[in-house]
Amino acid sequence: MKKRLYELAHCRAGDKGNTSLLSLIALRDEDYALLRNAVTAARVKAHLAHVVRGEVVRHEVPNLCALQFVCEGALGGGVTTSLALDAHGKSLSYALLEMEIEVD
Amino acid sequence: MARVAGKGVPLIRIGSGAGFAGDRLEPAVVLAERGDIRYLGLECLAERTIALAQLRRLKDPEEGYDPMLLRRMELLLPMIKRRGVRVVSNMGAANPVAAAEAVLGVARRHGIALKVAAVTGDDVLQMLRPEDPILETGGRVGDYRWLVSANAYLGADALLPAIASGADVILSGRVADPSLFLAPVVHELGWDLADVGRMAAGTVMGHLLECAGQVTGGYFADPGVKDVPDFAHLGFPWAEIGADGRFVLGKPERTGGRIDLMTVREQLLYEVTDPRAYVTPDVVADFTTVRIAQAAPDRVAVSGASGRARPATLKVSIGYHAGYVGEGEIGYAGPNALARARLAGETLRERLAGEFRELRIDLIGCDSLHGKAYRMAAEPYEVRLRVAGRATLREKAELIGEEVEALWTNGPGGGGGARKYVREQVGVVSTLVERERVRPALTIRETRGEKALV
Repeated sequence: MKKRLYELAHCRAGDKGNTSLLSLIALRDEDYALLRNAVTAARVKAHLAHVVRGEVVRHEVPNLCALQFVCEGALGGGVTTSLALDAHGKSLSYALLEMEIEVD
Repeated sequence: MARVAGKGVPLIRIGSGAGFAGDRLEPAVVLAERGDIRYLGLECLAERTIALAQLRRLKDPEEGYDPMLLRRMELLLPMIKRRGVRVVSNMGAANPVAAAEAVLGVARRHGIALKVAAVTGDDVLQMLRPEDPILETGGRVGDYRWLVSANAYLGADALLPAIASGADVILSGRVADPSLFLAPVVHELGWDLADVGRMAAGTVMGHLLECAGQVTGGYFADPGVKDVPDFAHLGFPWAEIGADGRFVLGKPERTGGRIDLMTVREQLLYEVTDPRAYVTPDVVADFTTVRIAQAAPDRVAVSGASGRARPATLKVSIGYHAGYVGEGEIGYAGPNALARARLAGETLRERLAGEFRELRIDLIGCDSLHGKAYRMAAEPYEVRLRVAGRATLREKAELIGEEVEALWTNGPGGGGGARKYVREQVGVVSTLVERERVRPALTIRETRGEKALV
């Protein structure tokens, strides 16, 4: 069965220069393992391919039941010089939550 | 006012009254009035804010501080004097000394005795060398022809003399955001700057506070999933920290918002590039050892921060003139709205192609924020076309809005609500500077509170 991440996690987007930081946090602590297995850096890079031009690095933060995705080249050249409407990429958290993963 | 808990351990309570330059005014007043705080931090400098402030200072030497400084101080000064609260803020921006003078003007008008400290020394523009590396691009400082500003991120150590001076209001330029909150704690609790565990604890506290409402339910609420009570009256947070570095986050009674594991987890990771190495001028903090627990409703206890010694270099934020951005918008609604908006976009691309190498065309309501729609949705009833491009000259940037507006009579049927904008663009990149080369300085200004004769 497929589930949207929106049903399993909450997310906040932050920015540093041209890098978007996406914090994916399990809504229920017991789902952290599921997220860790299913939401890989490669899958996030593919899901956000039309936004993220560079690499995606994932940090595991088990004490917060969270995964931190560092998405390089995601902000149209950088917050301060981007032509994008959402130059900070503040809305990208909800783009990540659109991802679907397979659950038992 | 220091409370005493347990075996005579003082607790310092510090509030966060602004998380960005344009933040709401009222919550800081509520914190000062009934938050039972001793310090109020106001974090008002984003990446390019100081460069924009420097542009204002170049036009007027008495300018260059935060545009909302005086509005905030009009509201806060009477309250902080009554409650014995001291303000620490980076609202000095590109001109902390002028900011201090301006705040004294407010104090004189109110007949308030006030001591203001200005912390300078973050401006390192004259120190930059063309060969200094740009961290983001792999290029050099010399690649940028029109530098506007260069400011080193100062740490808590730079603020300590100002806090020790007893000033009611401390105004700095560029200071690392968490350091604004760490410095008063270091002063009050007599911490050693080399004590990495405590520096990490105070940095975690500062990081959780620095965006104000973002830890109490702001940038968070999602109806039905993450509901926030009494959202309109969102309260701003305080932290109460003890000698061992453990602290509790809370907010004033009778304010809206929520503080719980969800809001704290989101904010702890906000803008963090490496959870094991959160680098500030004070410490390299490890957030993966932090423990958080709900201590009471709207009270979260935080402990377990760890860290490594502070870096030998300071990060420098460099602002450069990046030309002008022209923008135009126009809306379409009703039958075939999406196709008419698309036709308008394609037409503009052709009409502007000769003048602009890069043109951004968005359909607001379809793809403007995420670049595409992740789910198939019914065609939107209305859609707004947005076009943006960059130019070296203002006049050229204006062409974009002019062409969008001309869609009224030269575009698809039923285009309405055209708007056009041009703004000067300041880009920001970073480099590093050796810590020893940066010399923070302190300026004190005082008024005894006589009413000015106006």
